[in-house]
Amino acid sequence: MIKAILIFNNHGKPRLIRFYQYFAEDLQQQIIRETFHLVSKRDDNVCNFLEGGSLIGGSDYKLIYRHYATLYFVFCVDSSESELGILDLIQVSLYSVYTHICGVFVETLDKCFENVCELDLIFHMDKVHYILQEVVMGGMVLETNMNEIVAQVEVQTRMEKSEGGLSAAPARAVSAVKNMNLPEIPRTINIGDLNIKVPSLSPF
Amino acid sequence: MALKIVKGSIDRMFDKNLQDLVRGIRNHKEDEAKYISTCIDEIKQELKQDNIAVKANAVCKLTYLQMLGYDVSWAAFNIVEVMSSSKFTYKRIGYLAASQCFHESTDVIMLTTNQIRKDLSSPNQYDTGVALTGLSCFVTPDLARDLANDIMTLMSHTKPYIRKKAVLIMYKVFLKYPESLRPAFPRLKEKLEDPDPGVQSAAVNVICELARRNPKNYLSLAPLFFKLMTSSTNNWVLIKIIKLFGALTPLEPRLGKKLIEPLTNLIHSTSAMSLLYECVNTVIAVLISLSSGMPNHSASIQLCVQKLRILIEDSDQNLKYLGLLAMSKILKTHPKSVQSHKDLILQCLDDKDESIRLRALDLLYGMVSKKNLMEIVKKLMLHVDKAEGTTYRDELLTKIIDICSQSNYQYITNFEWYISILVELTRLEGTRHGHLIASQMLDVAIRVKAIRVFAVAQMATLLDNAHLMTGNVQRKGICEVLYAAAWICGEFSEHLENPMQTLEAMLRPKVATLPGHIQAVYVQNAAKLFATLLKNQEGNTDRTAAQETSQLMIDRLPLFVQSANLEVQERASCILQLVKYIQKLQQKDVEVAEEVIALFAGELNPVAPKAQKKVPVPEGLDLDAWINEPPSESESEDEQPKAIFAKEEPKHSRARHTEVDEKELAKRREARKQEQANNPFYIKASPSSQKVYQEAPGVEHIPVVQIDLSVPLKVPGLPMSDQYVKLEEERRQKERVEKKKKEKKKRKEKRGGRGKKHDSGPESEEDITPAHMVDIVTEEMPENALPSDDDDKDPNDPHKALDIDLDNLVEMAGRRPLADSEKLPVRSHRAAEALKSPAEDGDAESPASQEPKKKSSKEKREKKKDKDGDRKKSKDDKKKKKKHKREEKGEDLFGGQADEPVVQSEEISEVAAPPASNAAEVSDLDFWLSNAPVPSNAQEAATLAAEAAPVPEKASGTAPDSEPDEPEETDKKSSKHKKKKQKREKEEKEKKKKKKHHHHHHHSDGGGEESVQNGTVEEEEPLPPMSNYCLLAENSYIKMEIDIQGNLQDGSQVVVSVIFENKCDNFLKTMEFNVLDSLNSKLQRPEGSGPHDGLSVPFQLPPGVSNEARFVFTMQSIVMPQKLKGTLTFIIKNEDSSTHEKLDFKLHFTCSSYLITTPCYSDAFAKLLESGDLKCSSVRLEGVNMPFHHLLARICFHHHFSVVERIDSCASMYSRSIQGHHVCLLVKTSGQTVSIDAKCDEPTLLGNVLDEIKQTFSQC
Repeated sequence: MIKAILIFNNHGKPRLIRFYQYFAEDLQQQIIRETFHLVSKRDDNVCNFLEGGSLIGGSDYKLIYRHYATLYFVFCVDSSESELGILDLIQVSLYSVYTHICGVFVETLDKCFENVCELDLIFHMDKVHYILQEVVMGGMVLETNMNEIVAQVEVQTRMEKSEGGLSAAPARAVSAVKNMNLPEIPRTINIGDLNIKVPSLSPF
Repeated sequence: MALKIVKGSIDRMFDKNLQDLVRGIRNHKEDEAKYISTCIDEIKQELKQDNIAVKANAVCKLTYLQMLGYDVSWAAFNIVEVMSSSKFTYKRIGYLAASQCFHESTDVIMLTTNQIRKDLSSPNQYDTGVALTGLSCFVTPDLARDLANDIMTLMSHTKPYIRKKAVLIMYKVFLKYPESLRPAFPRLKEKLEDPDPGVQSAAVNVICELARRNPKNYLSLAPLFFKLMTSSTNNWVLIKIIKLFGALTPLEPRLGKKLIEPLTNLIHSTSAMSLLYECVNTVIAVLISLSSGMPNHSASIQLCVQKLRILIEDSDQNLKYLGLLAMSKILKTHPKSVQSHKDLILQCLDDKDESIRLRALDLLYGMVSKKNLMEIVKKLMLHVDKAEGTTYRDELLTKIIDICSQSNYQYITNFEWYISILVELTRLEGTRHGHLIASQMLDVAIRVKAIRVFAVAQMATLLDNAHLMTGNVQRKGICEVLYAAAWICGEFSEHLENPMQTLEAMLRPKVATLPGHIQAVYVQNAAKLFATLLKNQEGNTDRTAAQETSQLMIDRLPLFVQSANLEVQERASCILQLVKYIQKLQQKDVEVAEEVIALFAGELNPVAPKAQKKVPVPEGLDLDAWINEPPSESESEDEQPKAIFAKEEPKHSRARHTEVDEKELAKRREARKQEQANNPFYIKASPSSQKVYQEAPGVEHIPVVQIDLSVPLKVPGLPMSDQYVKLEEERRQKERVEKKKKEKKKRKEKRGGRGKKHDSGPESEEDITPAHMVDIVTEEMPENALPSDDDDKDPNDPHKALDIDLDNLVEMAGRRPLADSEKLPVRSHRAAEALKSPAEDGDAESPASQEPKKKSSKEKREKKKDKDGDRKKSKDDKKKKKKHKREEKGEDLFGGQADEPVVQSEEISEVAAPPASNAAEVSDLDFWLSNAPVPSNAQEAATLAAEAAPVPEKASGTAPDSEPDEPEETDKKSSKHKKKKQKREKEEKEKKKKKKHHHHHHHSDGGGEESVQNGTVEEEEPLPPMSNYCLLAENSYIKMEIDIQGNLQDGSQVVVSVIFENKCDNFLKTMEFNVLDSLNSKLQRPEGSGPHDGLSVPFQLPPGVSNEARFVFTMQSIVMPQKLKGTLTFIIKNEDSSTHEKLDFKLHFTCSSYLITTPCYSDAFAKLLESGDLKCSSVRLEGVNMPFHHLLARICFHHHFSVVERIDSCASMYSRSIQGHHVCLLVKTSGQTVSIDAKCDEPTLLGNVLDEIKQTFSQC
């Protein structure tokens, strides 16, 4: 079971939180802080498993995380999940758990947002949630086939569009006006094409 | 009014949406909280409006704020409103918000039940999906109970998208509403074989989660999972299953034996690290469960260790970490095979990654032996010196102590060495673990009597050099060691070489800077020392020495009397008075030593950690009863406990006559407790109790003199532990020489005799004798201690409730529902849908017709009993016997098949208890497990015939077994009769033994029918011997093979699975599958696409790869076979160009493909034939040259029939079409002629099916 999925940036600001077990809001924030504290002090070239955040879980639970440019993706899982499976679920099929081209979650984000960056997550938290919902449900992995996930997400997006979306045309126009006097929004932090060091695995 | 609407929509234009909110927050970095609070005010306004779009927007923003830590539960009602919007966009927002902030105590949740139910049954699959996803996060026991039924229906939804979600959410439903597990389980199990891989993996996921917590209930699923494991190619599913097996093997060692081979094969063949790792893990679990047996064990262990070594040596830190983790599991049972990799593990201690270093440390713990302990600890001590950062060093320190002290100091051969290690550890700067070292010192000194002399000498030196420890503030933690040192010197003072010097050291003014609890120990032990000194000195003629000692005490103690610490003060003044009194006596020349010594007489032994708890309550003692009458209620308010005891009143009168005893006992107990509490020398064996004194108050108030020591501390006069390593080596050498000498002597004595061979080779573990006569004092336990019954399980664990026996259910999945012993709201529903046995369709199952089967399981149990009588019989025999019995029964039955059972069953009135079927199930598992190890791969599939054989045998065997049997029943009543019969059977069984082909196919009865159902042969065989896949079309680029199956869930659907195989050297992409629909049959296309659009195949094919896609066709009528023309178009991608190609094909839907293998019981079958609405038809096949069971197997396999029963060369078979037509066959063979009489309620269908059968056999 997955107990929680947290995405936060290099400063510990939450970008998406998804708890599969109830915690009150203040406790949630405390868990985020603690997890950030644990994860952020680790080098990039150490292993991606962490035992024992004291707040979430206990001895049976592990934190499995990946760090991409500005974002940390942290999964808190118990012993029924395969560690490498979860890593692959986040991104990059190093351990070939899924028969499909590559890892699941980040790749799907990348596909749905066309080169996802932190700003996408900031401004479209709801969409990220909808994508996540197609990957993990109630703490259990629902689908690992990226094509299937993307297809389902797209159908739903289309449905939303056909209904006129949340903010119909006029509102969008206003939104454009509201945008005008804002400072340029940087769109440079790109995690999609990041080179992840892929150690060469001895083929056997 | 219109104006108002216009105004509303204009207002709306200026509402913030989520993006505006985020932007706003980012622009107000300084006063974020203030900005958000104004936003929340706005949101509150928006929520008050009637416009649902505005509300949804507001809720969306709230979801974001929730992430930032704002409590949004106040808007729960609005969230429910948005959830119930008819627009998908808003609904989705509502459910998302609900899933983020609803929980069990959200009260509006009860308002949602109907809305969710409505959404679940929505025609739009995405509405359903969103509801399921949301529900999975906030399901409560009430929701689970109310919606379990609806969700269960969704498990058979036509859309796999819904099915997989429904399957997954069932786990949450089970957790909240455990009663739903039993009724839902059969269907869940069914989903393990769902055609959609997503649904299948969801089902695997759920069952794995369930089984992890209560593995024993799922043992009977092992054959099914085994089949999945050998057939699945989805690594994720494989990993889950393999993990599950890891949890099951400890319960059933035979399962482990069966698993080893396929797992080893996987380990050899897979290239996926993740799968490899899990396989190794499960093999380890298997090896742990198989404590002995299996000669080729060592090979498996070696393989695991070797693969793990590769993982550990990998540059990927994750693999390294997991390798070490798995290694530590092997270590527990096979330490030797790990020990050879000591170098690698020690190397990991130098890794830059702390997690890896800690894992390596864990491993070291188990790797020590008597031989290498010193060496390993020496290495660790080096690491302690090098380690930077106190946390890691502290970890090292605790590990060293753990390693040495494990299982009662099992590996320590030289305790002098250990004491010196402990002393060396005291030189660590800034460690928090002073108390740990202290407790080790105490423990060793108390338990190992032989070491006391040495220990006391060491401790005396420590005390002498105490200033080195107390000096530095940073070293505060370590001064705990002085507590141990002082106590040891005092308690075992008779071993002190120079007690006077130690006493002097203990009474130094510097001591007053130590923490209070340590001072207290100093004072008390100074008194003990004083007593010993007096005794020594009184023996002398010179009395002055003794008087000087007393004087020393009197001079120094007043310092402690002034201590701020009460404990120190009290003890010091007591002892001071005592010494003053002694001094007076000394001046009168009275000998006092004996009396003073008597104060501290008696041995202190360690006490077991739970000893106190285990003191049995003396008879007649009621611990809850009042010792005195409770004060009257009016006295005060804060006497809450009274309520608890009020209930005891009736008992009170009885308790009264023991009151005197009680009082006294309680008093004594109290006194004893007091005594123990006040006595610092009362050693509680548990190390945790040592923490208590650390927290004693007053530590902060003691002025500490700071001395900065830049030079690493070396306590003069202390031996280095390293010396011991050398000494020990020498000692062992000597011992060996001596031993050899002895042996020689012995041999000389016994010259010519047949003395045992003495192994004088390399020294083994046992040869190393401890340097001292180590007398490890065991812990004291009270007399008549109660046996340990501590339940460590968390009583609040939700999974406890799911510990439900599912075995009889499992059986029922294959056959029929349980009797009415369970009444669940959902049950009736399941019974109606989960099974499609003709009996149910025809008329509701009468209790009478249910009985036979129960009886049969009872029979089975009885048979089992019989079997127990002659255990020697092999399992084969057992099965034979069973089988033979069936055939015998069959003969009785077959003649009267048409007008059969109903009458008989009335006779059978007793209903078998559930355990009966349970026992049967277990024995089924036995059969599966007792099978010869599964053939590993393709070679075994060599002869089709040999493998096809099991089907009819098994199937025919199963059916009659579940059959009412009148003669048998009457036999039962007279046991004499029965015995006779059994004898006869045995004889016949012996005869049968010779017939070879019966030998190796034993199947679980429950599983047997399922495997028929699936059209594959059996669960045990990894490869189906016959394939339903036949060639559809082929050209030089691609090959297509198809299999057509009816869809059980939907009477009008047929699922076509197509395997595409890329035959060329290029990439194939953008494949499109298109079929020209006919009036009767249509390809199902996604919503929104036209009737002539092709379906894109959801994958690309690299060269040489094949993959499977499924297409669903809708059929109007199924009575006639169909042919559809179709085309596959695809693009061949070269390095530089890509070409379009196409391949035409003809899809042939035979009538057999509309049939679904459905199990049927002979009683139901008979009823069906009786009913008379079936039309008759028959066919004769000439020149069929194959064994009868092969023939049956073919019919079962290619035409989806199941065998109802078989008697010799006659068999009845049954199948059902997707639209519910019953098809019954009676197959008879004589020589090369096979006649098939058939009945069906649809003559056209029947005719076509028979033609197809005829064709099948004409081809061979």
